[in-house]
Amino acid sequence: MSPTGIAVAVLQVILTIAVAPLLVGMMRVIRARLEGRVGAPIRQPWRDLRKLLRKQRMVSQNTGVVFSIAPLVLLASAALVAGIVPFLSTTSALDQVGDLFAIVYLLLLGTVFLSLAGLDAGTAFGGMGSSREMTIAAIAEPTLLVAIFALSVSTGSSNLGAIVADTLANPSKAASPASMLAFSALAVVTIAETGRIPVDNPSTHLELTMIHEAMILEYSGPDLALVELAAHLRLVVFLGLLANLFFPWGIATTAQPLHLLAAAGAVTVKLIVLAAVIAAAEVFIAKVRLFRVPELLAASFVLAFLAVTVSFFLV
Amino acid sequence: MVGAALAVAAVAAAAAMIAGAVLPARSRVVWVGVCTALCATAGGAAATAVLTGSSTFQANFPNLFPLGGVRIEFDALSAIFSLATAIVAVPAAIYGIGYSAHGPSSRTVQIAWPLLVWSVMMVPAAGSVTGLIAFWELMALSSLVLVLAEHHHNVEARSAAQWYAAMTHLSLLAIVLALVVLAHQAGGDSFTAVRAGAGDLSPATASVVFLLSLVGFGAKAGVVPLHVWLPRAHPEAPSHVSAMMSGAMVALGVYGLVRVGWDLLGGGPTWWGAVVLAIGLASAMFGILHALLSSDLKRLLAYSTTENMGLVFIGVGAAGMFAPSGNRSLASVALAASMLLVINHAAFKGLLFLGAGSILSATGTRDLDRLGGLARRMPVTAATFAIGSLAIAALPPLNGFVSEWLLLQSLVHSLPSNAAVVAVAMPVAVAVVALTGGLAAATFVKAFGTTFLAMPRSVEAGQAHESPRTMQVGLVALSGVCVALALAPTALTSPLRRVSAAVGGLADGAPIRTNGVYLQLSGIQAGLSPLLLATGLAVLMIAVLAVVRRGRLHRTVRDIPAWGCGRTVQTARMEYTATSFAEPLQRVFDDVLHPEIDIDVDHHVESRHYVQAIRYRMKIRDGFEHRLYLPLLAVARRWGDGARRIQNGSIHRYLAYSLITLITVLVVSR
Amino acid sequence: MLKLLRKIVRIGRVTETVPLGAGPRPSLLLGAADPLRGSVQIRQVDAGSCNGCEAEFAAAFGPVYDVERFGVRLVASPRHADALVVTGPVTRNMAVPLLTTFEATPGPKLVIALGDCARDCGVFAGGHGVAGSVADFLPVDLEIPGCPPTPDDIVVALRRVAGR
Repeated sequence: MSPTGIAVAVLQVILTIAVAPLLVGMMRVIRARLEGRVGAPIRQPWRDLRKLLRKQRMVSQNTGVVFSIAPLVLLASAALVAGIVPFLSTTSALDQVGDLFAIVYLLLLGTVFLSLAGLDAGTAFGGMGSSREMTIAAIAEPTLLVAIFALSVSTGSSNLGAIVADTLANPSKAASPASMLAFSALAVVTIAETGRIPVDNPSTHLELTMIHEAMILEYSGPDLALVELAAHLRLVVFLGLLANLFFPWGIATTAQPLHLLAAAGAVTVKLIVLAAVIAAAEVFIAKVRLFRVPELLAASFVLAFLAVTVSFFLV
Repeated sequence: MVGAALAVAAVAAAAAMIAGAVLPARSRVVWVGVCTALCATAGGAAATAVLTGSSTFQANFPNLFPLGGVRIEFDALSAIFSLATAIVAVPAAIYGIGYSAHGPSSRTVQIAWPLLVWSVMMVPAAGSVTGLIAFWELMALSSLVLVLAEHHHNVEARSAAQWYAAMTHLSLLAIVLALVVLAHQAGGDSFTAVRAGAGDLSPATASVVFLLSLVGFGAKAGVVPLHVWLPRAHPEAPSHVSAMMSGAMVALGVYGLVRVGWDLLGGGPTWWGAVVLAIGLASAMFGILHALLSSDLKRLLAYSTTENMGLVFIGVGAAGMFAPSGNRSLASVALAASMLLVINHAAFKGLLFLGAGSILSATGTRDLDRLGGLARRMPVTAATFAIGSLAIAALPPLNGFVSEWLLLQSLVHSLPSNAAVVAVAMPVAVAVVALTGGLAAATFVKAFGTTFLAMPRSVEAGQAHESPRTMQVGLVALSGVCVALALAPTALTSPLRRVSAAVGGLADGAPIRTNGVYLQLSGIQAGLSPLLLATGLAVLMIAVLAVVRRGRLHRTVRDIPAWGCGRTVQTARMEYTATSFAEPLQRVFDDVLHPEIDIDVDHHVESRHYVQAIRYRMKIRDGFEHRLYLPLLAVARRWGDGARRIQNGSIHRYLAYSLITLITVLVVSR
Repeated sequence: MLKLLRKIVRIGRVTETVPLGAGPRPSLLLGAADPLRGSVQIRQVDAGSCNGCEAEFAAAFGPVYDVERFGVRLVASPRHADALVVTGPVTRNMAVPLLTTFEATPGPKLVIALGDCARDCGVFAGGHGVAGSVADFLPVDLEIPGCPPTPDDIVVALRRVAGR
């Protein structure tokens, strides 16, 4: 664990936190433009967060420690993942600390804490949100891990740095059927895990259709700011994983400032492209019923499974 | 050293049993608890000595039984299971002092409890066929007595004990058959002799022995389809006994399987591993689905034991599939994952059962739909149960995650392989482990959330109070073990190497290496540092908290009513219950579970348009029990009924039978 | 999907420009802190309205008036809100829920009375189910007159709150 490695990891965490709300702001602008609106400026999510941090914090009766620490755990787990995922450089000190499996389970840790917080106030909607969130998290898990399996087969490692370096060394891998199948599977899971349409609607006001929002109805002020920031961060982490696992070009393999700067530019472009695609696609599709979501995830699981078997039978 | 510790354990167990027999009720509980804890500590010390040193221990008591002696052989494989036993038994014994004071303090129970701890400790230490069977039966009988401990006021316990007695003796039958065939064919009773002679066995004989031991030990491990006793017996026993049974006793099924299959028989063809893997996959899925939908806390934990034993079987089965194709280092990793899971499972399942016991004694109910709000009333139980829940859901940075990670690594790196069966089996296995992990997280969010958070759903839960000090000591000790295993799994690298060296038919070499904080695997380019993950999480949480604190302008408002869309009062009836929490997943798995749902609507007397009450009942039947066991029982009953017609108590008829028999004999022997 | 795409391209942007209102900003927002500048989350409470105001209010968030461009957003819980927009006269059944909603909103917070009914009970004044105007129950910071107010009026007022 070298000092430069630690510096790269800290830089990644800070940069992703800075960029995440802007990316969400951009997605909202794209959606607004396609709806014929002007929309709030791109920096609006940051403004909202700043305001929330200065507002009053309210803690309802019946709640306990879980309610208070859940936002911290949620944000810390997402931020830790942002330090592990090779956004800028493959030399992050955290690369050996955790691999893809650790990332999946760290994100699940955040989900679990938020679900517990949803149950903590004892309201009907909080419980409903927790129940739905855990349902989706549980059935998304097999797709995630089998897709990781597909990725690590050809590399022989589930470490992100190794997978990225391997794809850089063998560019043809990115176009292999296994890789493309795994990409589509992970894309579906990304949408489910980050609560985007068609699985969940992040801008709904109708409690009965909520998943993520229902759990956080009770949060206010700074707590809400943390939960919102964590949600933005999780979106960036998932998009960044999709981007750099399958199209790693531009990533730095050293920790030189110039390379890191170029890598930051490259990953920003990739994130913008992916986010724009998702935002635009959301305009054209409707949210599906909750009990159709398992079908969607089952389909993505089939893709991931095919990715593994294809990598065995075709190579 | 090892011999002395085992002797101390035996003496302490004997002292505990004598204390249980002669002392008056109040001091009986204390002395039994202390001596049992001492027995378990001594056993744990012996196991630690073997796991850290390189020596094994052997002793011979040739004339203990009329037909054979008992040999003690304490190697690393024995030691890892004895260590798991000690991890759960010491806190459980201390916990038992407080728990039994107002509960099961009868002489029978207090004699059987130390006997159970000692026999579970000694089963892996047995070094001969006779010894293994003797300790095994001692363990089965003492646990059976303990399952029946509360039968006076708990009718369920009686039927549970019947199921347990039947299944455990079916298990014994299979084991005795397997071992007797093995000992006979190999020409010796001691494991050393069996090991030496096993090479001469024909493949068919070896496979028959393996399958019989799979049935026998699988029944004890509670894997499908032999699990039916487990969700009945474990909930009905006193909670510290449940902890012992679920945390340590069932793991001996795995011990037996590994010992016979891959140590004594020296391993076999790939299909041995494949069968074990398939059973493991089925058990993991079946166990977690039923745990998810169970609203009885102890039953939920019992089903989760089936799930965890399924995961252990997946590891053993995968190792059994890798070893024949020569991939010994990967097999070592898979075996190490299983052994680590056994240790971890002892810690967190023991902890959770003890926590369930505290809840049960504080509220008198284990029905999740009647609990709630216990976090304020029982803070120690809540905190420790939370640690156990996070650990069993395999969430980082707790110990369950480390074994889950090892298991996934061993499965994922099986490809590229040259066997198509591996290429198909391993993705399925990864998917099942993943789904199990996700569902376990949902299960324990439900278990913890509906027990400890929000408002109490019954008067009893509202009046709960924290349990006595001794019970808290047990809980805190086990959660300490969970945290220690989570932060420093690196300490187990050399013990796991010794274990893998002890299982000749499966593994060799060092599965896990460490350079201080990182875990590294042999032959696999992958690393993990649970310690650094935990540190990273803690640092980030503190940093976030500091930033938020600094920018704060307003005081926190506390104790305001929760937001309920303008409704004026909030009652516990508005909360999500455990059943409703699991409902979406129940619908998703409808086709597998076939729940029976009854909805009764009572209309108002004056108008059919007004509803007075709605009753919702959901029952999920155990598919195996329904389709496999009940038909078998029906056949047995029919035979029994037929026999009753012959034996109807009439003297005349018996005289007629005697006459007919006599005449028949005379005619035949003429 | 193609049809929708063609429509998006053909229609383009429909948002109209709305002048920045001339009136004073609510006193809470003046001073150095200005807690809500550029970001106002609104929880709307119907205290007994005829739904005329709701229709206009919804239009203010539609593509033509698009008040969201000024940083104003509707939220699902008063815990997330900075301002309560109350419509209609306060009816007896809604008085307690209105107060509950106000109490559930974290400070600093505003109350905006939308429409004539919210200001002085309008045509419903003296009705048997009417308990009073919004000001009888809550400290009102801003009033938007009209029966119903036009979306333009609403956007102008909300721009004063957001300060943009």
